[in-house]
Amino acid sequence: MTYPRDLQYTREHEWARLEGDVIRVGITAYAVEQLGDVTLVDMPAPGEDVQAHERFGDIESVKTVSELFAPVSGEVVEVNAALESSPELVNEGPYEDGWLITIRPSDQGELDGLMDAAKYEEYLGTLDG
Amino acid sequence: MPVQYEGIKKEHEAVRTRAGLFDVSHMGEIVVEGPGAVAAVDRLVTNDVGNLEVGRALYTVCCNESGFILDDLIVYRLEAEKILVVCNASNRDKIVSHFAKNLSLETPWNDVSDAWALLALQGPNARAIMAELGAPEALLGLRTFGVARATVAGVDLWAARTGYTGEDGFELFCANEDAAALWRAILAVGEAHGIQAVGLGARDTLRLEARLMLYGNDIDEQTHPFEAGLGWVVKLEAGDFIGRDALRKIKAEGFDRKLVGFEMTGRGIARHGYPIVADGERVGEVTSGSPGPTVGRNIGLGYVPKALSKVGTALGIEIRGKQVGAVVVTTPFYKR
Repeated sequence: MTYPRDLQYTREHEWARLEGDVIRVGITAYAVEQLGDVTLVDMPAPGEDVQAHERFGDIESVKTVSELFAPVSGEVVEVNAALESSPELVNEGPYEDGWLITIRPSDQGELDGLMDAAKYEEYLGTLDG
Repeated sequence: MPVQYEGIKKEHEAVRTRAGLFDVSHMGEIVVEGPGAVAAVDRLVTNDVGNLEVGRALYTVCCNESGFILDDLIVYRLEAEKILVVCNASNRDKIVSHFAKNLSLETPWNDVSDAWALLALQGPNARAIMAELGAPEALLGLRTFGVARATVAGVDLWAARTGYTGEDGFELFCANEDAAALWRAILAVGEAHGIQAVGLGARDTLRLEARLMLYGNDIDEQTHPFEAGLGWVVKLEAGDFIGRDALRKIKAEGFDRKLVGFEMTGRGIARHGYPIVADGERVGEVTSGSPGPTVGRNIGLGYVPKALSKVGTALGIEIRGKQVGAVVVTTPFYKR
């Protein structure tokens, strides 16, 4: 499993990437592996506010349902509409076409509180052991 | 048994269109053998084992004195006075002690769960794979719910045309020490037939589409066979069995809830334990629910009042505080 170096990670297995003035959010390869085949993603609408480390939606796979947590606080700008009809995009490319939402952060500094790829991999090691 | 080998959807599809191999050795097996074995088992289950032919099997439930379900079982009549009972792994201790308590001292029986392995080969290509493995006609010619002893790939086994997927297929009981060789032989020959090892996740979606019960979800010690739609395995007039008086009374007096199949009309997936609502009132609970990979809809089972059990009835499923629409549909959701 790969964890791109240009992303920041949460303990709940979301990734965040700063793109200009918005932050793109998705779930990690580890989360995808745990979930299995994703069948439905329940997300907020553009314009809604999300709070860092609070639930902003749910992701369902064939076997289970899991909550999605926002890596930073802010306003939802865009929601990946393609997931409505093709939720499997999350499995196929969690860092690419399987992204979930973009957020306009109220405080970009919150990104610094997240883990980088090396720290995240270290954290995963403590989970599997 | 892992949840999945390569992905639930992929494994599910392999079983529906080609073949899948399951290691379900965790299931419990009890052999009752000796004079009076048939009559003894017949008294423990609701279905009619007394009239079961040699080489045939049946699905049944085992009830307590109150008519509630202790487990669902497949009973195989291997020989004139040799019966194999297959129970759920989670109920093995309960069923073994129930049998110990209720079988007479003269009835020899044996819990062979730890010595026996069970592989299930399921799917439209299952028979072709067995044929290519050199299985004898006694096995290949089995009808649904038939059982025969055979040697396959050098392994002595009992083969039954049973399963838990809604597909054609075989369940193969063999000694533990032969299981790995049998598993490998089937996978090797099965490769050209598109075989796939299948885990617990797809086992659940396959059985749900076929409306096969999962003990602990759809049936348990709080449910009786009639409300679960299992009245067809209760043979009240075929001799006495534990729970018969209670079940006769339930049948005569009627009951007020029923297990129904539903599919989601709104966007959401029902899961075990979610409330079922109608007109703002909680009327029941989802017992099983998941996406149905073959039927292409989100499906589920749950108990509702009889008045709400008719096909076409609109229901609501409460999913994390939100009510999502569902409708009662005919089951099984999938039929081959």
